[in-house]
Amino acid sequence: MFELFGISSQALFGQLLIGLINGSFYALLSLGLAVIFGMLNIINFSHGAQYMLGAFTAYFLLQYAGLGYWWAIFLAPIVVGITGIIIERLFLQWLYKLDHLYGLLLTFGLALIFEGTFRNFFGSSGLPYSVPPALQGGRNLGFMFLPNYRGWVVVFSLAVCLTTWFVIERTKLGSYLRAATENPTLVRAFGINVPRMITLTYGFGVALAALAGVMAAPIYNVSPQMGANLIIVVFAVVVIGGMGSIMGAIVTGFGLGLIEGLTKVFFPEASNTVIFIIMAIVLLIRPAGLFGRSA
Amino acid sequence: MLSPGAVPLLAVEGLQAWYGESHVLHGVTFDVIAGEVVTLLGRNGAGKTTTLKSIMGIVGQRTGSVRYEGKELIGLTSDRIARLGIALCPEERGIFASLDVEENLLLPPKVRAGGLELDRIFKLFPNLQERLSSQGTKLSGGEQQMLAIGRILRTGARLLLLDEPTEGLAPVIIEQIGKTIGTLKQQGFTILLVEQNFRFASTVADRYYVMENGRIIDRFANAELEANLDKLHDYLGV
Repeated sequence: MFELFGISSQALFGQLLIGLINGSFYALLSLGLAVIFGMLNIINFSHGAQYMLGAFTAYFLLQYAGLGYWWAIFLAPIVVGITGIIIERLFLQWLYKLDHLYGLLLTFGLALIFEGTFRNFFGSSGLPYSVPPALQGGRNLGFMFLPNYRGWVVVFSLAVCLTTWFVIERTKLGSYLRAATENPTLVRAFGINVPRMITLTYGFGVALAALAGVMAAPIYNVSPQMGANLIIVVFAVVVIGGMGSIMGAIVTGFGLGLIEGLTKVFFPEASNTVIFIIMAIVLLIRPAGLFGRSA
Repeated sequence: MLSPGAVPLLAVEGLQAWYGESHVLHGVTFDVIAGEVVTLLGRNGAGKTTTLKSIMGIVGQRTGSVRYEGKELIGLTSDRIARLGIALCPEERGIFASLDVEENLLLPPKVRAGGLELDRIFKLFPNLQERLSSQGTKLSGGEQQMLAIGRILRTGARLLLLDEPTEGLAPVIIEQIGKTIGTLKQQGFTILLVEQNFRFASTVADRYYVMENGRIIDRFANAELEANLDKLHDYLGV
């Protein structure tokens, strides 16, 4: 143990770890938003509700099918992703040529419906979801105590984010996605079924939100508002990072989680607002965001 | 003008097209025989580009008939049309900024067997090979045009729609593109070319159609070009 500016290493690294955990969720969620916005031109305001649906799906799988965490982390993104695909086919596909505002309003309305419905049936107190047995306990790293589950969340989210980045920026499939983001008409005229690609992209973005929800369940409990509380911060993260960049979303997500954690150590009064202060500054200096390409 | 019994590869009949409210094509009729290079001439706004886009299925609304190998294309989406073996090189070239040159080149999927191998394409356009890892839009205008043509040669498409491939390019590059079109023709590609520059077109084309106000108003073979020069100057306002 040592001290830094009068703060014990345990407290400092503890907060940094919490920052990294929050950052993992910011990164996963803002990544999904960035992917969806790139392809669909839609600001997916139901992203927080879809994160909540992921957590609830994990809860239902355990309660009603006896399937635990490892099943949930695999199945919940697929189930919620499929609901995303249905939403895209039923509603979103009619909005692409309209102003962003319409997509934002529609997805905001859907979020209210999802959250209201779940609050009606499950109340707002939150349902417990326990850490899977394999990840219970923790280890002493010398300078701090690391709960195994939290270490897993950070490592696994980072792996998912980097894999997504790799697929989009370095593979053939990714080149279709990037090209279709730029000029969907021409990509379609080359013989690629762009509408299907758009549908699957939305399903994938939603699945990322659901995956984050499953990972959050053992940390924050499962509650109908869990997404509403988080999504406002995530939108600030997206504004700071800029909509256009995949790596930007990842770096900004983890970075802002850490900054938030540090603020909790050194100036706790500002820890809930620091991200919004940074957002305001970024909007003044670089309106397109740190990694965004201005149009 | 058709040799008797020749079945056209592409037959356009009474094609009408709209962009939203504006009616752009008013009944366009022409055909292209397999192996030909046919050029659409006409002033700006005559409907040449819209004709290519209508064949490809990327205008808002179209009626009439476009048949390729006897199959009706009206009503098909553009990805289905591409899969039948038609490829477009658009006027604005459509090089993707977020893709490098290699990714741009490999983007259009193979729709049929018989496309050119990559080394054949590099033989036609050696510049591309040297710049494979550059960002697509960092290429010069001429190189971007070569990339836009090169990428549709791999796919196995047999009918190429080239929209003003010489626009804004230096004479030496125009000459290279002219040679390329000649080579492609020898290899059995069928090409429908849109051009304002009929001097260039005359070096490659078998036949011409002249468009005005969304209609075909005249047609002649390359051998009749000299005899039609006065009329052509009149049509094109040059």
